[in-house]
Amino acid sequence: MTIRLIRAVVGLALTSAILAVIMYRLNSPLAAVFELSVCSGLISVIFITTVSFTQRISKERLRVRKRERLAKFWLLPIILAVAGLLLTWYLKIPDFVLAAPSNGPDVRGIIWNLRHLDLFGQVIVLLAGVFGVVILFKEADK
Amino acid sequence: MIAPSALMFNYFLVFIILLFITGIYCILVSFNLIRALIGLEVLIKAVTLLIILAGYICGRTALAQAIVITLIVIEIVVMVVAGGIAFWAFRYNKTIDPRRLSNLKG
Repeated sequence: MTIRLIRAVVGLALTSAILAVIMYRLNSPLAAVFELSVCSGLISVIFITTVSFTQRISKERLRVRKRERLAKFWLLPIILAVAGLLLTWYLKIPDFVLAAPSNGPDVRGIIWNLRHLDLFGQVIVLLAGVFGVVILFKEADK
Repeated sequence: MIAPSALMFNYFLVFIILLFITGIYCILVSFNLIRALIGLEVLIKAVTLLIILAGYICGRTALAQAIVITLIVIEIVVMVVAGGIAFWAFRYNKTIDPRRLSNLKG
């Protein structure tokens, strides 16, 4: 198991948790709960399980990798800082009037009545995922 | 819940765009399957936040939440299958560096 990948996975989980807080503040508590439990919890578990099968590299290769990674990623903070500053200065959205607070159906009504076809799609996607994993690991056993 | 102001949405949009840049950069630069998957996750998170923000602006948070829940289900399936593929690739090639996965070259 490599510590660097575990760090990346923990960072992703923290990002998910922050996103869940933002979603809650944006009046979407159900999506926030899904984000926190599924994305921050379950996906982290999946990633950590995958990472646990990887092997730690030797110290010399780690040193080389660190140098390579620094060479690759040194540009990212600069790009982020410059893009953030530019966007904050130049991105001006015209002031708009917010729609009235939702008086229509709530999430349950939307899911079960308006977008019920999505549920079939979700079931099909879940089944496809299950079959995909079964086939992958069946091949791996051979 | 938050007092609406154009400035706040500007900040949210900036945050979403920065998340996009981070995800794309991570996918483009890293030669590690798991790191690339994490970059994809960051991209999906930016899209999720964009949908929620659009729902909040339009006052249709319920519809946005329904779409986000669908998105999360698809996301988890993609991650499980991609994690399985990464595991499979490591098992057979002893590496998760995409440059060395040359068995599929045609």
